[in-house]
Amino acid sequence: MAVTTNTMMLRRELLTRMIKHLKEGTLKENIDRIPYIMRPRDMDPLRCCVYKDRAMIKYRAMGVMGFGTDDEKDEMTSLSEYYDRALDRKKIEKEPLSVMDAACSACVKVNYVVTNMCRGCVARPCAGSCNKDAISFYNGQAHIDHQKCVNCGLCQKNCPFHAIIYVPIPCEEACPVGAISKNEDGKEHIDPEKCIYCGRCISACPFGAVIERSHIIDIFKSINSPKKTIAIVAPAIAGQFKTPLHNILGAIKKLGFDEVVEVAKGADVTTKNEAEEFITKMEAGEKFMTTSCCPSYYMLAARHLPEVKPYVSHTRSPMYYTAEIVRQQNPDATIVFVAPCLAKRFEAYSDPYVDYTLSFEELGTMLIAYNVNASEQSEYAVDKTIDPISRGYAASSGVMNAVAVAVGDKAEIIPVVIDGINKDTIKELRKFAKACPGNMVEVMACEGGCVNGCNVVANPKVATRQVQELAKHKYDNNII
Amino acid sequence: MQKIVVKICTGTLCYVMGGSELQLLGEHIPTELQERVEIKGATCLDYCNQTGSGNAPYVLVGEKVIESATIAKIIYEIKEQAK
Ligand code: FES
Repeated sequence: MAVTTNTMMLRRELLTRMIKHLKEGTLKENIDRIPYIMRPRDMDPLRCCVYKDRAMIKYRAMGVMGFGTDDEKDEMTSLSEYYDRALDRKKIEKEPLSVMDAACSACVKVNYVVTNMCRGCVARPCAGSCNKDAISFYNGQAHIDHQKCVNCGLCQKNCPFHAIIYVPIPCEEACPVGAISKNEDGKEHIDPEKCIYCGRCISACPFGAVIERSHIIDIFKSINSPKKTIAIVAPAIAGQFKTPLHNILGAIKKLGFDEVVEVAKGADVTTKNEAEEFITKMEAGEKFMTTSCCPSYYMLAARHLPEVKPYVSHTRSPMYYTAEIVRQQNPDATIVFVAPCLAKRFEAYSDPYVDYTLSFEELGTMLIAYNVNASEQSEYAVDKTIDPISRGYAASSGVMNAVAVAVGDKAEIIPVVIDGINKDTIKELRKFAKACPGNMVEVMACEGGCVNGCNVVANPKVATRQVQELAKHKYDNNII
Repeated sequence: MQKIVVKICTGTLCYVMGGSELQLLGEHIPTELQERVEIKGATCLDYCNQTGSGNAPYVLVGEKVIESATIAKIIYEIKEQAK
């Protein structure tokens, strides 16, 4: 989701400022000042006033240090105290998202609003069509009783003056599984039993009220300890900067990682296992098989689509296999997964080998804070054993292409690609359990694939071109 | 006629602050101006070190620096210079 917005820029500015201090070892003394520096008294406020703007930056800074808004037991706790707590903790909380109550609540409870265009007509089809008796007239205009309204929309359809408008709640609209909804106070709340970690709400909320728990502090601790810290980097990285892959990987190494490994290496294993599993299942007469490497889709099947669940492949994700390989060689290292999305953060949390996750956005701001130029020529030696096709996993159809090549003529593949999870494609998937139009289904939660993850920095269109180009050839230092 | 040179910064800061979108500029330039414009990539133009990260991404249209550049702003400036 790389359409540039102000909330995104604010988040990135804050990350950059905090990481600069982390690097200098001056965060503790400066952190409580950051909200004031970013929102000085004489600045035009984004919300009602600079004081609220500052308070929101404080919550956001808590997120950067790995805390959720519900970790706030005492409002007086300073950011520097949270910093100390972050340094002391051994493990980070699992649920990656929380909603900043104070930033939320700006959205309506009822989606339909009568505007001034209402002429208070004689026919009154709005009231006539309302089955809940929610519409009454006073001052010559219609009014909707929010206690009675059930958001059916009939009044809007029937108004001859188009005087009734639909006001969306962006986060609820973006969530494909109804996991985010209002509590009694009208504040949004994310149901951890329903959430599939697609991250849409983060990008959708115009107030930037949904925040993610970052692992930055914990990663810093590891980098600055004698322990080896190894970054394993998702294939989508290749499209994130306008420079060949080896420069990007080399730049990541300059941030203090002892080693940087491409997750495409594990994708090689995923392809092989997925192809074998497919062949075995088809021989056994199964109707179809779906991919499993997108953790958001995996959670969708597990939490919302019991009828599809049995068809999800048991092959593990490229991240899992890469971390497994790295762990075998480095039993004591800290393994940091560098990822384009929130779902991967969630998956990594339960992974036996991965310790922390660093999002692409966090990585980008880290490069800025360290003054590392991603495009600088690097000596990084790209792993020549990786099959280039594995680097294509990051774009939609990439997994399918790789598996199809590996299956070859050992079985017939009839591919179906679900490019993006939304309410419609969920319905479609549900039907597959009864009748699937193919036998191999690739599902990507984000439209376009991982290059469009909620934490990417590059425009997905631009990134897709780079990723697909790279997947075509043996690695060559000149390809962008 | 002399071409209007557009230099789009692909330095890390500009790119992370939304600059990658500008890579699509070529697709948005009005047909009648296509011939007049030459788009170039540029590594850090060094504006980021002068004004602070708030105003990236930076683009140069001819001699003129565009701050917080968007495709619309760039095209506006190209049109101005093409007059
Ligand atoms: S990165 Fe664009 S001016 Fe420095």
